[in-house]
Amino acid sequence: MSLRLHVAPRTILTGALGICLTLALAGCSTHGSSFLAPHGMVASAQRRWLLETLGFMSIVVLPALVLAPYFAWRYRYGRKAAYSPNWGFSWPLEFVIWGVPFAIVGILSWYVFTPEVKFDPYHRLPVEGPVLHIDVVALNWKWLFIYPEQGIASVGAVALPVGRDVEFDLTSDRTMQSFLIPALGSQIYAMAGMVTKLNLEASTVGDFVGENTQFNGMGFQSDRFSALAMTPAEFAGWVAKVRSSSLKLDQTSYDVLYQDSTAAEAAETLGLKRGLDSAIYFSSVPQGFFRSVVGKYRQSAAREAPR
Amino acid sequence: MSWWFLIFGKLSYGAFPFTYSIIATMAAGMVVLGFIATVGLITVMGKWTYLWTEWFTSVDHKKIGIMYVIIAMVMLLRAVIEANMMRLQQSMSYDSPGYLPPDHFSQLFTTHGTIMVFFMGMPFLIGIINFAMPLQIGARDVSFPVMNSVSLGMTFGGAALMMASLCLGKFSTGGWSGYPPYTEATFQPGVGPDYWIWALTLSGISTTMTGINFAVTIYKKRCPGMTLFRMPLFTWTALCTSILMIFAMPPLTVVTTMLALDRYLGMHFFTNAAGGDMMNFVNLFWLFGHPEVYILILPAFGVYSEVVANFSGKKLYGYKSLVLATMCIAVLSFTVWLHHFFTMGQSGMVNAFYGVSTMLIGIPTGVKIFDWILTMFQGRVRLQTPMLYAIAFIVLFTIGGTSGIILANPGIDYQVHNSLFLVAHFHNVLIPGTLFGMLAAYHYWFPKAFGFRLDERWGRLAVACWTVGFMMAFFPLYALGLLGMPRREVEYFNPAYQPWTIIAELGALVIMAGIGCLFIQIVVSIRRRAQNSVPVGDPWNGRTLEWSVRAPAPEYNFAVIPTVDSVDAWHARKERGEAYRVEPQYFDILLPKNSALGPVIGVGGAAAAFGLVWHIWWLVIVAMLVIIGAVIARGFVTDSERVIPAEEVRRQEVAWLGTVRRTPPVPRDKETAESNEGLAEVQAA
Repeated sequence: MSLRLHVAPRTILTGALGICLTLALAGCSTHGSSFLAPHGMVASAQRRWLLETLGFMSIVVLPALVLAPYFAWRYRYGRKAAYSPNWGFSWPLEFVIWGVPFAIVGILSWYVFTPEVKFDPYHRLPVEGPVLHIDVVALNWKWLFIYPEQGIASVGAVALPVGRDVEFDLTSDRTMQSFLIPALGSQIYAMAGMVTKLNLEASTVGDFVGENTQFNGMGFQSDRFSALAMTPAEFAGWVAKVRSSSLKLDQTSYDVLYQDSTAAEAAETLGLKRGLDSAIYFSSVPQGFFRSVVGKYRQSAAREAPR
Repeated sequence: MSWWFLIFGKLSYGAFPFTYSIIATMAAGMVVLGFIATVGLITVMGKWTYLWTEWFTSVDHKKIGIMYVIIAMVMLLRAVIEANMMRLQQSMSYDSPGYLPPDHFSQLFTTHGTIMVFFMGMPFLIGIINFAMPLQIGARDVSFPVMNSVSLGMTFGGAALMMASLCLGKFSTGGWSGYPPYTEATFQPGVGPDYWIWALTLSGISTTMTGINFAVTIYKKRCPGMTLFRMPLFTWTALCTSILMIFAMPPLTVVTTMLALDRYLGMHFFTNAAGGDMMNFVNLFWLFGHPEVYILILPAFGVYSEVVANFSGKKLYGYKSLVLATMCIAVLSFTVWLHHFFTMGQSGMVNAFYGVSTMLIGIPTGVKIFDWILTMFQGRVRLQTPMLYAIAFIVLFTIGGTSGIILANPGIDYQVHNSLFLVAHFHNVLIPGTLFGMLAAYHYWFPKAFGFRLDERWGRLAVACWTVGFMMAFFPLYALGLLGMPRREVEYFNPAYQPWTIIAELGALVIMAGIGCLFIQIVVSIRRRAQNSVPVGDPWNGRTLEWSVRAPAPEYNFAVIPTVDSVDAWHARKERGEAYRVEPQYFDILLPKNSALGPVIGVGGAAAAFGLVWHIWWLVIVAMLVIIGAVIARGFVTDSERVIPAEEVRRQEVAWLGTVRRTPPVPRDKETAESNEGLAEVQAA
């Protein structure tokens, strides 16, 4: 078996796997919650890497899956087949068994070091235009999104203009949480006294699922939010709408958010009517708010925090 | 300081489950009833003295191994029930609270993981290695038999603590990995995380001692002629597992102690405030955690090596490759721990390095898979229960390994970390890998332990139920993870998920049927033990030394320590026509006497742990004094050996060899027939 990999079989395999996966999951719409239906460049790349990894792995996996039951059947006791009870080694086979997996791991390592590192959460994305900054504070069981350049904040919903690199700076004021919008890209942990970064880009308009994947208590299943990707014009309109909210983010309203509660419960406590849109909008944010949250736990991290 | 607190610590009426949950009360009721039934049955049958002298104080590796496996099977039953409860909840809870409140559900996933890793997987494999390894290397026992008993006692103590947590108080809700700050006193001030910490501590210390015991045994107690490269593969994997145990358990002990210091003494190793850093917990835990999962899988790999060679009627393909691959896996397992937290914010280059090292482990693992497949090539494959487990393993584990390679890519892991894709991956490697391996080992070595074979029909049914049930229960989880469902969710709001959770629930029921088959199998087998007896001791036409002694194995293992000159020493001896010979001379055999140190430290450890959980400080002090006192007292024991006189050994051996001579040998197509008395018809070389 040649160690040189041709392009054609790999593409065929990838394509076949892609079709199988799509067919298998096509019955169910993902409802904006999966990178199998990607809406951002990072998620698209991740879907491609998944299919390509599956494609490469099938080179070793399919022979194993076929040969194991086949040999068990062909060489079963009582069937007249060749019997070599003392055969236990073959150099050519050893080369193949060790060599082919080595080669595949070599190829996959290239993936790991090159394209995957390019889309590392901390790296800026290859998108034109200014970066939109959003500061995120993870709370039990809700996410607070602060738009420092717009001077607004929201809970339970984050609006993103399509086609722009959105850079999140994340911290937590409670437990460790993991921020994920599967349709757009990677997840990253949010931890108290520390700031992590995540770069995402939305390519198409839509309402996507955002969630926490790190268990943090009895309201974990409700620790979710809407990621609203919208056109730049719609985004400007959304910012204006938030600016017109009667609520301001101050110590009183933050104390409500800080309690262990879901976004909907906090909204109710803050006097908002429970509707389909349980998001909470704040028309103003105190200067240096994000830094002060980080500084509650670690002054050195606060000094390095962006805002 | 109230008198109540001085005597009972934090125990109060509210600790009883009937004050807050019907389901929890039912669970506690089962534990209490089970305890009363067991104690009652033993009392009514008058077996306390027998159990104390023949089992609890025994330092015989075979009996200790059997007791470990019994613990594992009881805890397996509990943890599978917990899994079924969770699957049922998730099949119901699309936009609905289901029947389990979040508090209970989160305790269930925590105890399920904790039990399956520490009180099912570890005891099962330690029990199997305990039973088989000394026999395989031609030894009479492990190097430290009393310490072996102490290890068993402490594991039993940890398991007892887990069962006590069903009856008093609530367990941690922080998952089996227990990440702070969620497990710190700020977020879980109750006893839950303390139960978790001390159960792990008991298990961890027990395993560290076991690792030392096994490694020294393999280094020092191999019979003459058995060089390292003439050891059976199972013994090689036992050796690598032991090395992993010695190096991997200490980080766990350290990290749980640090968390305990945070919780009990207000320190700040991992808290949010005052300089604590939860990332240190994550690093230390997984420095333990990754080698731990290789501890769980390597013995199973060893079992499969034995089973595939034996039931293919062939030499194992690639012995040296398999040894090299096992060693590579053991060494590499210490270089990959970061892949458990790619998403914690370290640089892409760091992630990439660990991603590559993780994929490197896939290479020796893949080599092993192909070596087992090639062992079947041009063999004569007999599809008995252990072999069926092995074939199911080869097919299913390959899929699990593939999902592992997918997860090893940081770029992809950023999507599926902490999702059900991850849950599907590790169950895909643990169930077909570890569990099937242990069930195969159970079926394979049962005749050697008890003198009769297990029922084959119920065994095959069990394989079928476990294989089908596993696929139905876990393959949907791959889909759910890719569709964006996180793990540990008591309720979900995406309608796309429910069809998959329903299939998974049906799979869980099929797995439960598999457990039922195993239970029926042991009952039927005991009933039919006379028909299925194999007194000669070689029911499977084995290749390694353990099959050269009678069944049940004599307490001294070998009347005369064998000398070997090749791999598969028993097979070689049979081929040369030198099997079942009366030795020219038998000698007195020295065996260690029984010791109460194991049970005393087991009970003492459990009591100390219980006292620590509930802040009953007098109990902790008394228990620690008892433990320390027992260890000191043991130091004064000078008369610790007993003699089995040469005449007695000769008498037993001659009687057995007489049985051998009267027994007709059976060809392999009569392997599962009643006529198989344990003597194999050997083809001339």
